[in-house]
Amino acid sequence: MTTVPTARESPDGSTGGAERARPAGILHDSVSVFVRELRPVIRDPFSLVFSLMQPLMFLAFFGPLLGGMTGLPLDQAFQWFVPGIVVMIALFGTAMTGSNLLFEIQSGAHERMLVAPVSRSALMVGRACKEMVPLVLQALVISGVAAFFGFRPSLAGMAVGLAILAVFGVGLGALSYALAIVSRNRDWMFWTVQQGLLFPLMLLSGMLLPLEAGPRWMQVLSRFNPLTYMVDAERALFNGQFGDPAVAAGAVAAVVLAALGLTVGIRAMRNSI
Amino acid sequence: MSTPPIISARGLSKSFRGPGGRTVEAVADLTMDVAPGTLTAFLGPNGAGKSTSLRMLTTLLRPTGGTATVCGFDVARQPAEVRARIGYIGQKNGAGQYQRVRDELLSQGALYGLGRAETRRRVDELVEALGLGDLVRRPTMKLSGGQRRRVDIALGLIPGPQLLFLDEPTTGLDPQSRANLWEHILELRRRYGTTLFLTTHYLDEADQFAERVMVVDRGRIIADDTASRLKTDLAGDRIVLALDTDPASAVAAVRRAAAAAGAGGAEPEAAPAGEDAHVVVAVDHGERVLPALLRELERDGHTVRTAELDRPTLDDVFLRLTGRSLREERTDAAETDPSAEATSGRAAR
Repeated sequence: MTTVPTARESPDGSTGGAERARPAGILHDSVSVFVRELRPVIRDPFSLVFSLMQPLMFLAFFGPLLGGMTGLPLDQAFQWFVPGIVVMIALFGTAMTGSNLLFEIQSGAHERMLVAPVSRSALMVGRACKEMVPLVLQALVISGVAAFFGFRPSLAGMAVGLAILAVFGVGLGALSYALAIVSRNRDWMFWTVQQGLLFPLMLLSGMLLPLEAGPRWMQVLSRFNPLTYMVDAERALFNGQFGDPAVAAGAVAAVVLAALGLTVGIRAMRNSI
Repeated sequence: MSTPPIISARGLSKSFRGPGGRTVEAVADLTMDVAPGTLTAFLGPNGAGKSTSLRMLTTLLRPTGGTATVCGFDVARQPAEVRARIGYIGQKNGAGQYQRVRDELLSQGALYGLGRAETRRRVDELVEALGLGDLVRRPTMKLSGGQRRRVDIALGLIPGPQLLFLDEPTTGLDPQSRANLWEHILELRRRYGTTLFLTTHYLDEADQFAERVMVVDRGRIIADDTASRLKTDLAGDRIVLALDTDPASAVAAVRRAAAAAGAGGAEPEAAPAGEDAHVVVAVDHGERVLPALLRELERDGHTVRTAELDRPTLDDVFLRLTGRSLREERTDAAETDPSAEATSGRAAR
């Protein structure tokens, strides 16, 4: 025999997928990565609830404060406040996700996956797409808790809102993974950048308090913050105002961020060793 | 024509930008052919360039010079083809910490494009073969070091590769786990005829299991042969005898006896120790020379109180080749590979 056998003809008669058509390959690989990322969530769904502690605190201690300040009853304050908290969940949960990749880079798990015949883009796409799942589940839990205190979202609006937010989460997750890859040799950098961006982004989005109450320069800055568009869109949608121009703006912001995040993320993934 | 090599490297090199912008040459000029079905060990101290070589051959690192083909494909130009044909067990743990053992094995099958049924069949087979049965539902972070290493081996074998690279597979394991792991590795080799290429800094492993040992130092292969030939050619055996006479006459007696025993030309030396005269003589094939030597000494009327045969280790080979001991290097602070040094060097600035 003069040729080296392929994995397909490996000694135990296996049918290993040595050469696959690339486009189908990327989809298949993305699904494999997606499923892998999702498994620990399915095995331990309570981890999702535990990571809701912070948004729940905001709901419990900030919502009533807001009601008191504006003079609105709690249920009306929640109509305004809960959509913002849902975006907060997306922000906090997803921005942190890069730390999982960082850990897998520092252990050998990422390296092992890089040696596997997996498309590099799929390693990013599958991971980023998984971000949608905890985000939507957590948003549903928070909305459910708020419902006990009179929060009444438009269900159709909420469905559309979560779909847009999920797309946004893909972009944000991809950026978080890209940050993890860039800071793989100095993990403090991941946390510094992530924390450094998280709070300004949150405060400049009108998530907690209406920006109308702030100075003009803050309002101008907030227009450069994609989160602002998400918060505005979610507020309109959760209250059933489909015709609000904020909805379209939010959808565009989500798609742009997802496209940007995946582009940056895939590029980073190709140089992730 | 004989079978073409499964690994073929020509002048493969890798340099990193090290601390202070200095270029660190981790691998200088790797040229070798590895035949299918063999077990080859890359032996050398930490920082010799073993891991960097392996990472180039497994497409993880792009070479800065030279070429290499693995399973017939170029590592730099056809990395996807190479990846589809090899397995790799890295130095660190390959399973995600939050992943359950069985989940991670199933994912590995999917990543290698195996069908669902095929993946499950192999997972069950490997769980059985590696004794992971009780652990499959546990997240890998709850496993001991030895258990995690077995999971790594299982992950590396899921694709059923014709060529498996192992980077320091047994480092950090206790002796029993090491022996156990080797049993598994050798069994899989018997069963599937897998070509194994591994790095190690354990002399005894290379000595005991590898058919071919390449000694690597400072980015270069400095010796390449079977372990026993390396030892015979480069180190030789030593016979240490204690005779109840004065050192000078002992040396003379041993020289005469050695010549008669078929080890002419051997130059005995007196070794100062205790009250008896110790004589050390370096010979080839000490196991054959020693009995004859004892007979000759007895015939000449000498009383041999003790006789020792020192077989060389690969450490002696390394010492002979480099003037440094492999064991000393291992206890040095130089715990890292040049690649890791280069990156941590970047990180430090």
